[in-house]
Amino acid sequence: MSIQEDVEALKRIPLFAKVEPAKLKLMAFASERAQYQAGDLLFNQGDAADAAYIVLAGGANILVETPNGPLKVADVGPGAFVGEIGILCDVPRTATVRATEPTTTLKITKELFFRMVTDFPSIGIEVMRVLAQRIEHMNVQLREAVAARK
Amino acid sequence: MEPNLFKYVWRHSRRDQVVILVIVVASLLIYLVSLELPKRIVNDAIQGGAFENSTTASFLELTLPLPDFLGGPVPLFAGFGLDNVQYLFALCFSYLFFVVLNGWMKQLVNTEKGRLGERMLRRLRFELYDRVLQFPLLHFRKVKQAEIATMIKDEVEPLGGFIGDAFITPAYLGGMAATALIFIFMQNVYMGLVTVAMLAVQLTIIPKLRVKILMLGKQRQITARQLAGRIAESVDGAVEIHAHDTSNYERADIVARLGRIFQIRFELYKRKFLVKYINNMLAQTTPFLYFMIGGYFALKGQFDVGTLLAVISAYKDLPSPIKELIDWDQQRQDVQIKYDQVIEQFSPPGMLPPDLQSVDADPTIAPAPLSVQRVAYIDESGGRVIDEVSFDLAPGEHVAIVGGNNSGKEALAALIGRLVAPSSGQVSYGGRDLMSLPEAVTGRRFAYIGDETYLLPLSLIDNLLYSLKHRPVRPPAYAHDGHALARHERYLLETRRAGNPELDIDADWLDLEGAGVTDRDALEARLGELLSLVELDDDVYQFGLRGRIDPTLAHENGHGRDLGALFLRARAAMHERLLEPGLAMLVEPFDPDRYNRNMTVAENVLFGTATKPEFAAGTLGENAYFAAILTQSGVADDLVQLGTKIAGTMVELFADLPAGHPFFEQFSFISAEDLPLYQQLVTRLQKGGSQGASPEDRKRLIALTFPYIEARHRLGLIDDAVENRLLVARRAFRDDLPKAHADAIEFYDPERYNTAASVQDNILFGRLVFGQAQSAQKVGAVLSEVIENLGLKPRVIAVGLGYNVGAAGKKLAIAQRQKVGIIRALLKRPQLVILNNTVSAFDEPSQRRLIQRVRDDLRDAAVICVTNTPALARSFDRVAVMVNGRIAEFGRPSELDRPDSRFRALGEAVS
Repeated sequence: MSIQEDVEALKRIPLFAKVEPAKLKLMAFASERAQYQAGDLLFNQGDAADAAYIVLAGGANILVETPNGPLKVADVGPGAFVGEIGILCDVPRTATVRATEPTTTLKITKELFFRMVTDFPSIGIEVMRVLAQRIEHMNVQLREAVAARK
Repeated sequence: MEPNLFKYVWRHSRRDQVVILVIVVASLLIYLVSLELPKRIVNDAIQGGAFENSTTASFLELTLPLPDFLGGPVPLFAGFGLDNVQYLFALCFSYLFFVVLNGWMKQLVNTEKGRLGERMLRRLRFELYDRVLQFPLLHFRKVKQAEIATMIKDEVEPLGGFIGDAFITPAYLGGMAATALIFIFMQNVYMGLVTVAMLAVQLTIIPKLRVKILMLGKQRQITARQLAGRIAESVDGAVEIHAHDTSNYERADIVARLGRIFQIRFELYKRKFLVKYINNMLAQTTPFLYFMIGGYFALKGQFDVGTLLAVISAYKDLPSPIKELIDWDQQRQDVQIKYDQVIEQFSPPGMLPPDLQSVDADPTIAPAPLSVQRVAYIDESGGRVIDEVSFDLAPGEHVAIVGGNNSGKEALAALIGRLVAPSSGQVSYGGRDLMSLPEAVTGRRFAYIGDETYLLPLSLIDNLLYSLKHRPVRPPAYAHDGHALARHERYLLETRRAGNPELDIDADWLDLEGAGVTDRDALEARLGELLSLVELDDDVYQFGLRGRIDPTLAHENGHGRDLGALFLRARAAMHERLLEPGLAMLVEPFDPDRYNRNMTVAENVLFGTATKPEFAAGTLGENAYFAAILTQSGVADDLVQLGTKIAGTMVELFADLPAGHPFFEQFSFISAEDLPLYQQLVTRLQKGGSQGASPEDRKRLIALTFPYIEARHRLGLIDDAVENRLLVARRAFRDDLPKAHADAIEFYDPERYNTAASVQDNILFGRLVFGQAQSAQKVGAVLSEVIENLGLKPRVIAVGLGYNVGAAGKKLAIAQRQKVGIIRALLKRPQLVILNNTVSAFDEPSQRRLIQRVRDDLRDAAVICVTNTPALARSFDRVAVMVNGRIAEFGRPSELDRPDSRFRALGEAVS
């Protein structure tokens, strides 16, 4: 499990696709690997947010608490970037993430993330793009949901 | 205390002083003889004066010098007949004998003086400290601790030196001077007159010049003391200084003080040397007169050369006694000033009578009502804080006192806790005035717990048991052993002669009876109960996990070895648990035969806990033995390669970052300043290969690898071959460790407890694996389980009780300090307890819980609880509501809890 593998994994993630390899290496070096066993929680809805995670291997469920119990809203796999909302907006975790199989992540602390964004604006732009896409995606879903109601 | 230093000294050292004076007189007689001998050697032996009438002279002839009217001199011994050479030798050896005897006497006098002085210093210091313990508590608001300490420590020290000299020096020096003077007079009256004249000049001028010096000396003393106080203030107020950026103001203050001290000291210096100069000059002019006048008489034949020689040698001894006598006189005045000053500082009004603190006072007092009668208290600013307060408290009754900020409730608690005396009225217990009760009663049967608990910079256990140490209960073990007993007797004799009490710090001071237990095990159990009562047990447990077994603890009651063995059992149990799937991947155990990828390179070679700085992580690169081991085991070249790769990676990663970027500090192996240096080194090595590295470069590169952890840094640098060579180095390091380093490291040995490592590390005996999520929590939980299952929790708590709380307990949080204060008080099972905002550092639910538990423990005691939280008061038997120093309402909580009551208003104001 060398840092080189981490860099390769990071390269495959759209968010970091345009960042030069040397910066990715620094990021990999400065962040911690965290391995989870099936069923382990990466974080819990409502917890304070201190880091975001890049899934390097394995998979996880994203669960949202509802009055009727936890509701799975998404599955994520290698390359996914989770937990970024909490550190970007400084709000408690908006969802729970649970590993569904042995999962390896790269834990990027809030401090490190903001450092990287400040030092390498290309990452910031990528983050914006990903978030914008997500909004677009949600708008589409919303339209479909509204249409379905009528 | 005795205001006159001389009377004080005389009273306490009469006998010793007289003994020394007798020795001094004897030595003066010998001195006189030794003065006479040179003259006889020159006149009788060398110039042949004794051989004018015969060829032999009689030596040691003894004659009883009776006057003529009694029949004239009676010869007792005719003496030995000696020829001239024999006579000379005999006289010379006699001279030598007397010189040696005189020297020996001097030495005897000095030793006795020293003993006397040190003994008096000890007495004086003790008396002053004793007085500090009797100061009224209010006085401590006025004094600065650093100044008190300086006075006891430094200012009385010259007093001690002087006390030995107080009577002897004037006697001895005066006697010496008088003897020499008489001798000179006996030789020649004119010479004597000349000497007296010069001495008179010296004795009148010098003391006059010294008046100013004394004044300056006094100023020097005061300014130095204030400086000490000021420095202590800066230390105590360090937080404020930083918080308000006043460090430069403080600097200015110290600069001004140092400037003033400099002026005083330099002025003193100048004047001292002026006096010295004048003194020396006067002393040295006298021989000039001798040579001239004596020489004149000798030339005229009225005076023989031997006499002149004797006069001059007598005079040689004269100026120094005179000078010293003048010095002594100056010192006397100086010391008397110091003494006056110190005595004044240690005699505040309202000192406690000594019998209130007597060791033998009877601590028992039957439970009785506490009665507060028409008590008023006027504080130092003249404000009437408490006015006409009266109430009674029955044994076993629990009363809460509530009120606003200036209601006087805290002052009332302080009055009942006897911290201050009432201005009028009386607080009595069972009819006895509280102020007249000995501290044996108030300190053992009563307990006052304020919101601040002062902790000594000792272990937690010492602080907790502090309240049981009233008087020595059992003498220490050495008192039963013959040889040690004799030594102890001598020590005690000296203690008595210095007027110190015979309280033995090594005795067993624990008042088990007062704590209501029969032995130490029961005390430990009770302590455990109290720790959980105030919810301090978890904290202490954590201290224990992170703490080390105190070697003195191990030494004292033999538990240490057992403790280690017990924790080794926990290690085995832990090891077993870690074999479980799901846990195995979280910890990499210490195995002497395997490389641990979750430890640094250096730790892997050391494979132990450094106990001294030579093997500490920061300085390891400089350690010659470590470097030699690396070279010997053939791993040094690997490490140079490794270092080169690390340097290369660091240069690659960090070269673009600006210096001062936080990443350097957090992640880089190389600081921003050193990076260019390594950049060059890397470039050079890339061109020339690692052979191009100088010894200095190699050292640097090797040191770079020390903090490298394969599992964490993931640079993929350490392969199996390197691991094996590092293991060779590990073994060599241990096997060849020189004796000089033997105690600098304690190795990880699966079969042995490592006393240098924490309990937790010993049980885990491995490293958490990097990159395993929540491994610390998961492993921590298993660790706790293992400890719990083996019943070791109390043992871990015992280790935690060895935790040193730091200066004034600052290593504990304020809430923890308050808890220690509560345990201290509960431990002595008091029958009257005053809680004065005791739990103020806690949130309200905790306060309520804690007070309830404390009250449950004190079911039979009378309790007064002053609190800012009226809700707490509802569960008490009765409540007093204070307003403006008076009790406005007093009754059961249910009675007071009605509309328009002040009690309810207070509660609403808070919520």
